[in-house]
Amino acid sequence: MAVVQANLKQLSPAARGRAFAWRWGPALATLLLVLVLWEVGVRLFHVAVYLLPPPSLIGARLLERGSFLLGIGLYTFEEALWGFIIGCSLGAAVAVLSVRWRWIAHGLLPFAVASNAVPIIALAPLVGIWFGSTTQGSKIVIVAIMTFFPTLLNTYRGLLSPAPEALELMHSYAATSTQSFLKLRVPAALPFLFNALKISATLSIIGAIVSEFFGGPLKALGVYITSQAGIGHYAEAWAAIVVACGLGMAFYLVIVVAERLVMPWNTTGES
Amino acid sequence: MQVQAPVIAINNLTKTYEGGAGQVVALANVSLQIGAGEFISLIGPSGCGKSTLMRLIGDLTQPSAGSIAVKGKTPTCARRDRDYGIVFQAPVLYDWRTVQRNVELPLEIMGQPRSERARRSAEMLKLVGLSEFEQAYPRQLSGGMQQRVAIARALVFAPSILLMDEPFGALDELTRERMQGELLEIWARTNATVIFVTHSIPEAVFLSDRVVVMSPRPGRIEAIIPIDLPRPRDTLTREDPHFFALATEVRERLRHS
Repeated sequence: MAVVQANLKQLSPAARGRAFAWRWGPALATLLLVLVLWEVGVRLFHVAVYLLPPPSLIGARLLERGSFLLGIGLYTFEEALWGFIIGCSLGAAVAVLSVRWRWIAHGLLPFAVASNAVPIIALAPLVGIWFGSTTQGSKIVIVAIMTFFPTLLNTYRGLLSPAPEALELMHSYAATSTQSFLKLRVPAALPFLFNALKISATLSIIGAIVSEFFGGPLKALGVYITSQAGIGHYAEAWAAIVVACGLGMAFYLVIVVAERLVMPWNTTGES
Repeated sequence: MQVQAPVIAINNLTKTYEGGAGQVVALANVSLQIGAGEFISLIGPSGCGKSTLMRLIGDLTQPSAGSIAVKGKTPTCARRDRDYGIVFQAPVLYDWRTVQRNVELPLEIMGQPRSERARRSAEMLKLVGLSEFEQAYPRQLSGGMQQRVAIARALVFAPSILLMDEPFGALDELTRERMQGELLEIWARTNATVIFVTHSIPEAVFLSDRVVVMSPRPGRIEAIIPIDLPRPRDTLTREDPHFFALATEVRERLRHS
């Protein structure tokens, strides 16, 4: 990616367009091919709509109910976003404390590591009982728990990532521990933090939608998907799934863009 | 060689580590006096304690016995007074800082104002020939250029002692020789005392006022060989018969170690 970008800067607009087409053309072609095969396959073999509706039908529902679907998408996204903000900031904050006071790390990190193997989403019905199964609060709590541990682990690793020599340089300048922390550990941890944010962006959308499967108002994406599928409106359910995919990708892309803006050194000079 | 009081006085220095198989003696009863502005190389096989000796001087590790006085102070005091500039084998630049901001780092830690930092870093980058790369990021530079930035960073606050741990060890032979020449030119403009750790015999002879030959198990000083080649030294120095004679002498002492 970076190589392509670096080269693009030196090209004429026409050549730049060609390079862009070569870079993204194959992906677009794959998408179109899959949609065409899907459509043709479903019609040719008379696949029942409840098994797999054709993309044209899903597209039609998407157009018809676009603003409604976007509305319920944003309702669910709100849960994902708040959970993400709470989980990631707590995770990063606890990582900072863990580096400062190692006993916190020793007390918490084994569980953070273990949580990778735990299906936190399985807690959703219980969290629903504690915080109200139809409220946004219970979904926010699930998402916050899901994003807390990966952010904690990655940020902690990032804060400990500087080479011993990099720390010795700070020592030789007689830097205070706050200076070493802010000017060395924190910037060194940024790539790790952004990796965590990218993982968490995806997790937060999954967490919000799946926890809505266990209860919530009809204006929630997860509830809408299960209820439409339950009453035989498969194309509607699929259209909602498309919206969910779009939200997930958009959220991920926002983090990627933020990463490039915050860490210009990470994307320049790889040519 | 030393008429004036030594800037670094090392007395009966011993350093032991607790290894897996009991105690490892990294350095045993080392004594050495280093004069102000002297260029000293520490050379020897792996495990002879040359890096340990440098690290002890720089307060990066603590001695088990014996003493070090740096300008009459303990190494810890000298470090707090910012007497040490350090260059490691790896450049250890901070990826997220431009070349200029890397060089400014020590000044920033020491609380120098922005204008002063910019002036001094520009001066140092000119000295190492990297003026036009001020705004580049480290990973955009070659290994040799990165090490020049590291040298500029080590010298930007004018420390009185420069500690270099195999700084050119990772560079190819041609770059290495060019960097040695440049280092001597830069050193000539400062009053810094240099402690230079190396594996390379020609490098030690070319650079130094004295070559300290060390031997392992336990780490100790085998010989101290004065290098009386005239300065300034250049490529012709490397072809001087006397240069070869001195290199041979260092080699012989290393073989006996």
